[in-house]
Amino acid sequence: MAINNPFYKILGRSPIKPMQQHMGEVVNCVKLLEGFFAASNNADWVKASSVYDEICTSERQADELKKQIRQHLPKSLFMPMPRTDLLDLVTTQDRIANGARDIAGLMLGRKMVIPESIQNDGMAFLKTAIAATEQAFVAINELDELLETGFGEREVSFIATLIEALDKLEHENDQLEQELRKKLFALEAGLPPVEVMFLYKIIDIVGEMANDAERVGARLQLLLAR
Amino acid sequence: MTIIAEHGYLLLSLACVFGFFMAWGIGANDVANAMGTSVGSRALTVKQAIMIAMLFEFLGAYLAGGEVTATIRKGIIDTASIEDQPELLVFGMLAALLAAGTWLLIASIKGWPVSTTHTIVGAIVGFAAVGISVDAVHWPKVGKIVASWVVSPVLAGVMSYALFKSVQSLILNHSDPFTRAKRFIPFYMFAVGFLMAMVTMLKGLKHVFKDEGVSMSFGECALYAAGAGLIVTLIGSYFLSRIKEDPERDADDRFASVERVFAVLMVFTACSMAFAHGSNDVANAVGPLAAIVGIVNSGTIAAKSVMPSWILLLGGAGIILGLATYGFKVMATIGQKITVLTPSRGFAAELGASATVVFASATGLPISTTHTLVGAVLGVGFARGIAAINLRVVGTIFMSWLVTLPAGAGLSIVFFFILKAVF
Repeated sequence: MAINNPFYKILGRSPIKPMQQHMGEVVNCVKLLEGFFAASNNADWVKASSVYDEICTSERQADELKKQIRQHLPKSLFMPMPRTDLLDLVTTQDRIANGARDIAGLMLGRKMVIPESIQNDGMAFLKTAIAATEQAFVAINELDELLETGFGEREVSFIATLIEALDKLEHENDQLEQELRKKLFALEAGLPPVEVMFLYKIIDIVGEMANDAERVGARLQLLLAR
Repeated sequence: MTIIAEHGYLLLSLACVFGFFMAWGIGANDVANAMGTSVGSRALTVKQAIMIAMLFEFLGAYLAGGEVTATIRKGIIDTASIEDQPELLVFGMLAALLAAGTWLLIASIKGWPVSTTHTIVGAIVGFAAVGISVDAVHWPKVGKIVASWVVSPVLAGVMSYALFKSVQSLILNHSDPFTRAKRFIPFYMFAVGFLMAMVTMLKGLKHVFKDEGVSMSFGECALYAAGAGLIVTLIGSYFLSRIKEDPERDADDRFASVERVFAVLMVFTACSMAFAHGSNDVANAVGPLAAIVGIVNSGTIAAKSVMPSWILLLGGAGIILGLATYGFKVMATIGQKITVLTPSRGFAAELGASATVVFASATGLPISTTHTLVGAVLGVGFARGIAAINLRVVGTIFMSWLVTLPAGAGLSIVFFFILKAVF
């Protein structure tokens, strides 16, 4: 007698663990940028190129996880949170990793070196973006506890404090971005114009990464609100 | 009449064999549905689940299986119209057993989620309506049974929803859920003990104590049931006191220790689930047998005849044998297959479902344990307690009874006419 009784398939695969794994991979990917910036600041393109490869591998892995999450979220699944919110969340998470790959690709391709006088500011700016991503991961890591408590108020307000901290980090990142732009503007005249254009572009993408990290928090908040 | 006088004991032994085989099938396949949640959540090992199932399925069948058996035996068919042809009822009940057994065999080979209860009710209605006459079916009663198939999953869902919500507000939604769990879980244990004891004393002990002339009022029953609940609570509290917080695992998952406390509770709800299942599903196997025994022994369709308790014993024994010979394997497979339902949810689903089933057993309504459990799981899902439920699978399961009724009916009609032609 066969026992493929559908009763045992009632419980679908929980998307929460994969979501957390995905965000974990995104954090991995983004953290590699720190080493990449250090290498590019020293114009060490051998090292930079090897870090770039690592970033690409990590980004691809995140992509793979994202695809799997999407595949395992059919419309017929009944979940405590809206399916569309989860799909938006994973898309937003994935965008952060894409940003990291774009930055490394651009800088390596153009052999860009950040002007020495603003290298420290650039690094500090990047680090707050990484910190924001890590904080978003901390919040995403609460998803299983959230489910465990059945979306209990206590856990919901705890996650709200995590999201507040995330917003603060993003705000810090914004301020550093302004300062960095100001400093770059002061140097602008003495630099090759095309180089300056791309430096602004890099600043844009790093800032966008922090914004996306904040958006992860915002999506999470929407998920809690219902 | 002559047919029964001539072949009475042949028919009776056939009925015993078929009935026993059905009970075997219930033990081999159905019990796994009732216990799967416990094994899947790792609250019980397969071996423990089998031991619990054996004991409590038997107790449920023997102590609380009488009412549903009576319904299957004489509630569905209006016997007044065939009083002069008792052999028709014997053939019909045999045909129903054969039909249900055949259909369940086909379904388990194909992997369809059919309900034993729906099959046997469909089979009995089928042979009575077509083989005897449409008036021979006690339609109001059948209507009530079918209505209970809709009500039972809903009721179980509502109860599990409420249970999970209570766990949420009493335990999970607090700063120290571990201590809260230890404080409040004994109350749930009490409910489990009280529930089982109450149903047993109100309905089951009737036929056990009847000979000694013991009778109890509702108040006395409640008092004894409360006593039983207290004993269960004490046993449970002892096991609870042995659970210590495990900071290492809590670092990884803040609720790991809390779930271990719930796992203790789940052992108790697993007992009640097995008890409930035995009390309701044994009738599917021995109800038709009971009808045949009554006719063969008296030669007439005596509506008032008392059912001998050996019939329930036979059913209980069949279930145990099914568990021992085949249920073991099924349970082991499920233990690996089932997606984990954590104990805090599993208990809510099991308690909601078993309370509903036990209530139905006491009222004499044959319902599907599997469907009730599905309703209960959905209830926890509505309380935002489960990450993902496959609605398509739920749909398949609920659709299956629509298919099962005509299938059971058709098969039993065929078997009925074959039996009629043979004798």
